[in-house]
Parts: sequence; C-alpha cells; structure tokens
Amino acid sequence: MALRMGIIAGALLLLAIAGVMLGTLDLKQAMTSTWVLQELRLSRVLIAILAGAALGIAGALTQGVIRNPLASPDLIGVTAGSGLAATTTLLLFPQLAYGWLIPAAIIGGLLALLLLLWLTGDHALSPSRLVLVGIALSFWFGALVDWLLSSQPQQINAALVWLTGSLWGRGWSHVWLLLPCFLVLIPFALTLSRKLDLLALGDDTAHCLGTEVRQVRLLALSTAVALAAISVAVCGAISFIGLVAPHLARLLVGGRHLLLVPTAALLGAALLLCADIAARTLAPPIELPAGVLTSVIGAPYFMFLMLRYRGW
Amino acid sequence: MSYLSIEGLRLSYGKQIVIDNLDLEIRAGKITALIGPNGCGKSTLLKTIARVLTPERGTVRLRGEDIHLQNSRTVSQHLALLPQSPITPEGISIRDLVSYGRAPWCGRWGRLSGEDEQIVSDALEHVGLTELADQPASALSGGQRQRAWIAMILAQQTELVLLDEPTTWLDICHQIELLQMMRQLNQAGKTIVVVLHDLNQACRYCDELVVLKHGQLQRQGSPADIFTSELVSSVFDVTAEIHRDPIAGSPTLVALN
Repeated sequence: MALRMGIIAGALLLLAIAGVMLGTLDLKQAMTSTWVLQELRLSRVLIAILAGAALGIAGALTQGVIRNPLASPDLIGVTAGSGLAATTTLLLFPQLAYGWLIPAAIIGGLLALLLLLWLTGDHALSPSRLVLVGIALSFWFGALVDWLLSSQPQQINAALVWLTGSLWGRGWSHVWLLLPCFLVLIPFALTLSRKLDLLALGDDTAHCLGTEVRQVRLLALSTAVALAAISVAVCGAISFIGLVAPHLARLLVGGRHLLLVPTAALLGAALLLCADIAARTLAPPIELPAGVLTSVIGAPYFMFLMLRYRGW
Repeated sequence: MSYLSIEGLRLSYGKQIVIDNLDLEIRAGKITALIGPNGCGKSTLLKTIARVLTPERGTVRLRGEDIHLQNSRTVSQHLALLPQSPITPEGISIRDLVSYGRAPWCGRWGRLSGEDEQIVSDALEHVGLTELADQPASALSGGQRQRAWIAMILAQQTELVLLDEPTTWLDICHQIELLQMMRQLNQAGKTIVVVLHDLNQACRYCDELVVLKHGQLQRQGSPADIFTSELVSSVFDVTAEIHRDPIAGSPTLVALN
C-alpha cells in the first residue's frame, strides 16, 4: 500500500514538473522565461495541486459519511451552493477584496448542505434520494446563478470564466489564500479517518464501538464542505474530481481512511493538474477551462459507476 | 446489586409509543432471549440496552451505572452489539474488520499494540477464519461473514454481548453453528441478550426467556418454567402443543391447525 502511494506521489511530481515546463510560450526566449516559470506556471501548478487535493479529500470524506460511492460535494449540490454564494459576492459586491470569496463560498456550501439534509429528512442516508435531491438543488442554484448573470451583464465575463472552473490567471496571491486553509484542514481530515472506518460499519455498530456518530458525521461533512468551498472560491466549480479521486483511491489502497484520504488527495491533485495542463496545451492560444475537461472525463465515469452500483 | 436493570422505560418512534413503562432485570452470566411477535418492541429494546436509541423516560443500568449518562467509549468497553443487518464495507480485509473491535481500547489513530494484535489473532482463530484473514471481508459468504462479525465482538472483549436476530439470513447449518458459538461465548463468561425469531431455538439455547407483546413484559423465566401452550396462544395467537425436545430436553413447540 505504501508502495502504491509512493508511485502515485512520484507520478504527481512528474506531472508537476511537466506542468511547469509545458506551455504555449517557448522557454528558450531567455528574457521572459524565469518570469513565466515563477510568476505564472509554478503558482498555477501549486494551485492545481492544492485545489485538486482538497476536492479529493472532500470527496473521500463525503463518501465516507454518506456511505455511498456516488456521493461527492458537486453531486449533492454543495459545490453549486458555494458557486452561487461566490457569484453573488462577485457580482453584487465587486468592490470587495478577493479574499472574501472564500468565506462566502464556505457559507454558501454549508447552507446548501443544511438545505439538502433538511429536504431529505430521515432519508439523509439513502443514496438515491441524496443524489437526486442534490442534483435538483444544483439545478436550482444554477438557475439562480444564471439569473444573477443576466441581471448584471457588465460583470459577466469574469464570472463565466470563474464558474466553469479554470486556473487561468491565478497567481501567488491565490496560493497564499489556499495554503493556510489546507495546513489546518488536511491534518484535521486525517484525524477523522479512524472514526470514518468505524462509521462504514453502519451507525449502530459505530456507536457500539465508541463513536459519537452524529458528531463525527457533522465534523467530517463540514470539513468536506469547507475544502470543496475553498477550492470553488479559488478555481470555480470543478466537477467530478471529488467523485473520481476517492473512488480510484479505494480501488488502489482499499477502504481504510488513513490511507484512503491521502491517496484521494494525491489522485485529486494529479487529475486536476492533468486537466489544467491539457486545458492550456490542447488548442493554443485558446485556454479551455479545466472544469470542462474534468466534466468531459468525469461524467462518463459517473455513468459507469451508476451502472455498476447495486445499493439503490 | 442487579447486573442489568431496566426501570420505567418508555420508547417511541415518532408519535407511536413502542415500549411503555417497562421494568426488567437481566441476570449476569446467562443467555437471555427476547421473544415476541413482530412489532412487539424486542429489537427496539435491544437497541436501547445498546445505547443506540435513547429512551424517552426511564433508565438502563449496567452494574448500577446509567449507560445513557455515560459516553460512547466507556459504554463500548462494557457492551458489544451485533446488529440485525451489519454493513460489511468494501476494501477492507477480514483482519481489518476484526481489529475494529479494538477501537474502544486504542487511541485516535487506531494503532494496535502487540497485545491488541494478539487479541485479534485469537478472535480469528476462535471462529476459524485465520486462513482467510487477509481476504476482503465483502467477499465472504453469509455464514463466514457472521463469524467474522462474532470475531469482531470477541475482540471488543466486553462482558455483555447483544445479538439482534443473528440467525436471520443464515441456512440451518450456519444457524446452529452460530447458536453454538453463542453458547461458547457464554461459557467463556459473557452475559448474552439475544433477539430470536425461532422459539424452539430460543428454548433450546437460552437460559431465560423475556416475552414481550405490545411493548409490555408478558412473562420472564426459564423456558422449562414459562414456555407453555397458554403462553404461546396468548402472545403469538397460535394453537400449539408443547413437547420435550428428545435430545436437549427443552420445550418444543408443535403448532396445531
């Protein structure tokens, strides 16, 4: 298991190097190269790694709590809730500093989670209901975003690029916003891993093995929402990484969260990095949003999972 | 001081009262079966004893301590529960599953000490799953899976073990295997409270019966003393003759038309 994680970490490092080296600008033009590397590519690669890791962990925590491989922050409407809150902030208070997007996105995500739990009521743990209500919520939030966009046409461009999920134009200031949040949240997510192992055995068993079930569920879900929301605030709504990364991680290292959570983080980082590299090298000089690419690959994977899933 | 005592217990699901004003004493070192028709509240009662459900009124005391006032971890060192349909997660080995039974005794990261490892190995050995220990738990057959769960409960090393219809979903061979395993646990010093559907199995394998109907205690006592055709007819609405089991000597129900 440690070997597999090492291989994934090695692959991530190679990807990071590739991410720094690849691009539309020829690095041999020596004058600009250092600036391009340091100011643009390195920070962008770091953001992709941090945001991807956050999405991977958020997905692993959500799937652990809900005991459902089909759950992830974007499928249960949390990402859309964060997106709505951030768009609202972006469009209605354009004078606010960029840093305000993070608390706004977190609050939006938490409200979306509360709304989801309230709507599903006693059936909060039924996989099909949760996903279906979550999808309905996503559409609803999406409609509100559209309404906001059409009522504020002067701001529409910035908001659109951000909403599809892109790493275009992100720099060191974003790295410094992401890093401290993750230095707190990622270790905290790891401290929950043993409790999540027990939660996987069912509420009653977890309870009788000494777990405060409600408390663990609340802490893990809030952590997941915070991680997803922060990455939404920085990169916009990037879909499917929160679903695919933990699922692949489970196939690779099994169901114990102490291994699963960091592996999902590594895979999430690698996936987003791949998507971003592809996004800016596939059709230069046009930048595709990375979120478009993750959806193109993620949506068929989700369908594949749904077809295989037997727990309806 | 009594071992496990329930006083003035009242439990409801939503607006419906399932158990009202129940008093019950369960003796240490015995196997006690909770029996009664569907919906009589026996599983609800078991879950309340396990501290999974919180009563509206009344107390459950284990050696004098109200378990609903203690924290989960303390309670989990004293009692273990095998729920009706436990969830076996994907991606963990049988050994992982059994080692989760040590959770009440080890720290935040779930690191097992050498002693914990030994307890887990012994538990696997006890249920005959040593050879399969590194196989994925989700690949087990029904009978083996139930044995793995029993091993987890063994590893938890509690004095009280609660089993909620442990024989459901098992074929007759594995039912008997499980009931014998339950007897062995009891002989090793554990007190057992079990919900059983099969009345003959309850009479044959348990020391004491607690008969419930509509959330009320009907009778309590040893099968030989209380298991009569009158009881069966009043509680289960079944006309039956009670015979002696030719092997075990326990009362056996034969239903009449």
